[in-house]
Order: sequence, then C-alpha cells, then structure tokens
Amino acid sequence: MKMRLSTLVASVALAFAGATAQAQISGGVVKIGVMNDMSGVYADIGGPGSVEAAKMAVEDFQKTSKAGLKVEIVSADHQNKPDVGSTVARQWYDTDGVDAIADVPTSSVALAVSQITRDKGKAFLATGPATADLTGKACSPNTVHWLYDTWMLANGTGSAIVKTGGDSWFFLTSDYAFGHALERDTEAVVLKNGGKVVGKVRHPLATQDFSSFLLQAQASKAKIVGLANAGGDTINSIKQASEFGIVKGGQNLAGLLVFLTDVHGLGLQTAQGLILTETFYWDMNDQTREWTKRFVPRNKGKYPSMDHAGVYGVVLHYLKAVEAAKTDDGTKVVAQMKAMPTDDPLFGKGTIRADGRKLHPAYLFEVKKPSESKGPYDYYKLRATIPADQAFRPLAEGGCPLVK
Amino acid sequence: MEIFGIPTQALFGQLLIGLINGSFYALLSLGLAVIFGLLNIINFTHGAQYMMGAFVAYLLLNWLGIGYWWALLVAPIVVGVTGMVIERLMLSKLYKLDHLYGLLLTFGIALIMEGVFRNEFGSSGLPYPAPAQLTGGQNLGFMFLPNYRAWVIVASLVVCLGTWYAIERTRLGAYLRAATENPQLVQAFGINVPRMITLTYGFGVALAAFAGVMAAPIYQVSPQMGANLIIVVFAVVVIGGMGSILGSVLTGFGLGLIEGLTKVFYPEASNTVIFVIMAIVLLIKPAGLFGTQK
Repeated sequence: MKMRLSTLVASVALAFAGATAQAQISGGVVKIGVMNDMSGVYADIGGPGSVEAAKMAVEDFQKTSKAGLKVEIVSADHQNKPDVGSTVARQWYDTDGVDAIADVPTSSVALAVSQITRDKGKAFLATGPATADLTGKACSPNTVHWLYDTWMLANGTGSAIVKTGGDSWFFLTSDYAFGHALERDTEAVVLKNGGKVVGKVRHPLATQDFSSFLLQAQASKAKIVGLANAGGDTINSIKQASEFGIVKGGQNLAGLLVFLTDVHGLGLQTAQGLILTETFYWDMNDQTREWTKRFVPRNKGKYPSMDHAGVYGVVLHYLKAVEAAKTDDGTKVVAQMKAMPTDDPLFGKGTIRADGRKLHPAYLFEVKKPSESKGPYDYYKLRATIPADQAFRPLAEGGCPLVK
Repeated sequence: MEIFGIPTQALFGQLLIGLINGSFYALLSLGLAVIFGLLNIINFTHGAQYMMGAFVAYLLLNWLGIGYWWALLVAPIVVGVTGMVIERLMLSKLYKLDHLYGLLLTFGIALIMEGVFRNEFGSSGLPYPAPAQLTGGQNLGFMFLPNYRAWVIVASLVVCLGTWYAIERTRLGAYLRAATENPQLVQAFGINVPRMITLTYGFGVALAAFAGVMAAPIYQVSPQMGANLIIVVFAVVVIGGMGSILGSVLTGFGLGLIEGLTKVFYPEASNTVIFVIMAIVLLIKPAGLFGTQK
C-alpha cells in the first residue's frame, strides 16, 4: 500500500510538473537523437560511448532541474555516409518527433545534417565533426558547434610545430570534406608562420595500407608529415610510418586530429612524442576525473574521448536552454543556448558565439613515453594552454552570413 | 631520370610496395579460390576469418605469452577448426541449393563475428608488435624496405606455390579435384568425400587466418580489418577467374602492382581502380582472365 501511494504521489507530481512545461514541448517529450559512427573507423571516438554520455547529461540535468522535463535519448548509426545520415535525420525529424541531433562525427555527414536541421527548424548539437565550415560559410542559426574544429586543430598543433622549427610540410589527407578543410586550415597556418608546403597526397577514407603514400612523403624530404586524417586512418599511418623509418630518417609526424582512443590503440611505444591538440582530457582536474570515474564503467571500461565529453557538455547545455526558453523549438533553443553562458564540469565556463561556435580553451599535449605513464590511460602531458579567445577562428574571418 | 615526372628510384619503390600488397591479395584470394574452386562455396566469411586470425595471434600473445612464430602455426589451426565446425553444422546443409544460399549464410556469419569482436574489443584496433627478428629494415638505395615486408613477400610466395602444387600436382590434390567433379564415383572408390570437403574448407579458412597473422604487425588488429579487404579480394578472385588457383595468385600480385601505381599517379582513385578493372575484364572475358567457362 505504501508503495502504491508513493507511486501515485510521484505520478501526480510528474503530471503537474509536466503540465506547466509541456505547453511548448512538442509531443510532451524532449527527444535527442545521438547520431554517429557506431560500427566503423570512428566508433571508439563517438559510438555507443556518446549515447552513454548523453544519458549521463540527462541524469545530471534532472538532478538539479525543477522543470520536470521528459527527456528521451535515441541513437542511430550513420556509417559515415552522408546519404544514410540524411535519411536518418529526415525520419527522426519528420516522423519520430526528434527535437535535436547530437554528435555526428564525419564532416560530410554533419554538413548534410546541419542543412536538414535548418530546413526543419530543429537543433543540431555538433560535437563530432571537425570542419570549421559549420561555423563559417555553412553556418546555421540551428547549429551549435561545441567541441573543436579544423581551424583550432591547425592553429594549435600547426603553429606550435612551425615555431619549433618544423617549417616544411607534406600532407597526408583524407579525401573528403573534413580532410580538405583540415589541410586547408593547417596550410594557412604553416604559410602564415613562414613555413612552406612541399607536397600533399589524398587517400580514400578507411585506407588499410599507407606505405605507398609514406614513401612519397619520404621522397619529398619535408621535415613534417602532417596527417590530415582521423581515427583508424591516423592509427595506421602512424604505425606504418614507424615501420618505414620515417621518424628515424629525421622527419616528424604531426597528428592533426588525434583522439585519446587513437593513442590507446597505438600504444605508447609507437605514439610517444606525438604532439596533438584536444579540448578535453580526462585527467585535467577533480571534476573531469570524477566524471570519468562515472563514465568508464558505462563505456565497457574505456576512458572517454573528447567527443564523449563534448556530447555530455552540449546536451546538458541544450537541456538548460530548453528549460529556460520553455520550448523545444530548435531555432529558439539554439538562440537561447547562445544567449546564456555555458557551465559544465568538463569544459568549465564558456560562451557560444553568434556563428554557433562554442568557445573554450584548447590544450596542446604531448604523448608520454611508456616509462612516464603511471596508470591506465595516463597518456598526455600538457605543453601549453591556448586561451578560449585565441583557440578558435576570429568571428570576422569565418565568413558566416549570420554575423554580417 | 624520370618516367612520367616520377623519378625512377621512387617508381621502383612504389612497384615493390605494390608487390607487397599484392602478396596479401594473393594469399587471401588463394583461400577463397580453393574454397570456391573445389567446393563451390562463395565464402563471404573469409574477411572475418582473416580478422579472427589476427585476433587469435593477439590473444595468444596477450593472454598466454605465445609469440608471433607459434601464432603463425596455431592461429590458422584454431580458426580452421572453427571453420570446419561451421561447414559441418551449417554449410553442409546447403550444398544441394543454389550458391546464393551459401553466400547469404556466410555473409550473415561474417557480420555476426565482426559484431561480436567489435563489441568485445572496440573499433580502434589493438597493437601487435612485429617479431624482434624482423624489426628494422634495409636501405635499398631507392627505398627503405622494412624487413617485415620482405618477409611477407617470401612467406606469401611459398604458401601460394605450395598450395598450388598440393592441389594440382599431388595424389591428394587429384582426389580432391575428382571429388568435386563427381562425388558419387569417388565415394565409390572408398574415399570419405564429406570429410575431405570439411578438411578442404578448413584449409581455405586456415589460409585466411594465416594472412591475418601476417597482417597483424602491419595493420591494427581491428574487427573491421577483414571487411575492408574482402570486397577487394573478391574482385581479385573474379578477375582471376572464379576457382582458378594460379589465376587468383597471379591476379593478386598484378592488381597489387596496379593499385600501387594508382596511388602515385592518381591516389584518389586507388580504392576504385580494382573495380574498374573488374568491370572491364567481365565485359571482355566473363569467366575471368584464367577461368574456364563451365
């Protein structure tokens, strides 16, 4: 009897709380779709871990929120294909009542999803994609780009390397929107700092064997081989570069987009000394460590990538904005997200700019030697912190039509 | 000296790399060709079995401390046995039906295997070190050749030639070929044909696993390593002529070379060039370069 009573009280309370908020919540529930690569080369970067991160954001939001929002998380695999991603996005928005799509690594898919989201007036919470075009020429009033972008990576890793003497570059570029954007942005940074680009080669996504490309890089005599690729492609290029004696021969590798999960896959023996830029590392402070401790068991013992952290941060902020705006209308919520400052345990305090760019510091890391690593996933040492106002492309340079 | 704007030295390097990749194609398509040529099974699990070979090597090293050389022997046996179990329990029920049923079954099994491994080990892959004897490399003047890659060519050539010899030139091979032509008659001579078929399938699968162990130190040991390769390898077998053992070996090496050259002259097309060649070959010689029309 006691049990039944408490259930009754709870449901009445819920119904009451719901009634006040539900007026402008479509379908009475805020539905967030986590879309990413669940099974391919980028699955460890996002994958099911991003879904868990989104769920943690919902749980943490509900702990403090008084709005009594009903929130549901759904997920889908876009297989890194823009057509698959577009189909899922349309179905989610048109028939499944999804209000916002989160994550979406693979820039080509993200650009498609951003356009559809804009057409449908929903919200796109991008953390996975890298292309800076999302807040540049392809910016949208319905998109927030949370985590990182090609300009930030190029600026962080690229300028640090050129300034320490790596002034001639050869690019190994993944042949799609992301690779092209990363190569373009890095090349600009290299040239601006007085370096030169002596050659480049474009390889298809998910290439197994890089030896042919590495040989071309070797022949170019460039001091730096810049890897404008990601995930499994980066891992295989670094691994095979060590096999072909690229580093022993006096050339250095610059991993332009390397995630913690990639370093884990390579092992410190192969990855040591690599310089990379990320905006999140689990071992930064007490809050990130505490969050990681909660996340790891939910992700089969694997530590969070920066993308996982990004999904958590952006979903939390999105829900706060829904609560504040009292609606889940995508355009209004994104405007609200930009209007209020962000604050979460993983990225600290920050802001979202008019073009949709989330601003927070970026960190230049160096991968530890095996002897320096003291525990599981103890991989990075911090070399420099790039403050939030310098880490990302200046608003005026992006060419975003929303800004003019 | 230059050829098409590429220094000859660099070109030699690229040709050698092409041969190395070709030897992987040859090794994998060899197993497929054996299974198809002798058993008429289109074995779509081949990529997954290649992946399992690499994983068995990884697990042997990390759980039992058994190194590369033993893994070259043990992994093919372990994976070969799982293949035989699949053949006995499932594939053998489909021999009377159209090829397509076997294809669907093996494709489904491949998806399940890859899913299970991905669920267990993630998608970033796991590192596997090359054996100490084969680390380092030689400076050939025109390129730096890692010792391990040289070993890959040698091992692949030996295995390919050995398999070809066993099937085309020995008594056992003759039984096998006879059993596929006319199983009833061969059975009448007192040869256990079903067992022979099971063993042959196991051998084909073991070849895939062998290639997997060979690949482990070069690529990441990852659940989708086979899925990336299987389509290319099928194209190799189709171009060589379904079931022709010598054909698939030669085509494997040849296409490795062509793909290598594409990576120099027009890298964007390096994923597609093999399929373009496949389309052309099928238009001109539908049975493949070395196949015979049945």
